[in-house]
Amino acid sequence: MTNNFVFETDLAAKKIYVAREFNAPVEKVWKAWTDPELLDKWVGPKPWTAVTQTWDFTIGGIWLYAMVGPEGQKHWVYAQFTAIETGSAISSTGMFCDREGNPITEAPKVYRDTKFSSLDGNRSKVDMVITFEEESTIKMFAEGGFKEGSDISLTQLDELLAS
Amino acid sequence: MRRDVFQAIADPTRRAILTLLVVQAMTPNALAEHFDSTRQAVSKHIKILTECEVVTQRQTGREIYYQVNAEKMKEIDIWLERFRKMWEDRFDQLDNLLKDL
Repeated sequence: MTNNFVFETDLAAKKIYVAREFNAPVEKVWKAWTDPELLDKWVGPKPWTAVTQTWDFTIGGIWLYAMVGPEGQKHWVYAQFTAIETGSAISSTGMFCDREGNPITEAPKVYRDTKFSSLDGNRSKVDMVITFEEESTIKMFAEGGFKEGSDISLTQLDELLAS
Repeated sequence: MRRDVFQAIADPTRRAILTLLVVQAMTPNALAEHFDSTRQAVSKHIKILTECEVVTQRQTGREIYYQVNAEKMKEIDIWLERFRKMWEDRFDQLDNLLKDL
């Protein structure tokens, strides 16, 4: 079954467009994106796991979580919600953190606009526009400990195929 | 001022310069002939491209040739590929989670 994954870059505009379809109603997808317990289960690409520290899902509220690596290494991820339309859209501003999880406000930021919509047949679609202030931001996000990426995802693919 | 690859490609003239240089190394004069803008304006763009490290220069006899720094350009692809992979992996995990929700 196709999930129509899209990853398009417009480097001149410093934007990345990501889209994906899910075989679940939009309400469930919304829940998985807005319940920290559920977020922790899918946000960390294996073998990293996400551990939410602070969750305040209001406009101006903060989501602070740690990406914890297999050797216990931690990368803090900080996001502030800037717009919420219940069930259909979330906007947030991401910032880099110091070792204690405090945001570094003078560092380049990343903006994310996510839209959730219903598709026929109890399916749904997520559309996301990620805007970077600087090239270095993409580098840091991409290098945020996920260097082993390609090997890991092959393992995950095997697991998926086996399940 | 901080220079990055995005700044290099943010301007249409600079993108056009890069497109020309991908094909072959060129002297500033040869480059300028491709544009309506003044030689000075083209030089300024070349300077920015050099500062962004996407273009390097080499001296051949009395001429300076500009060429694309393929390594620097490739860096972006590598970062983006990792970023793409990260989202792909996350979404696959989300699929599994949604099954049990």
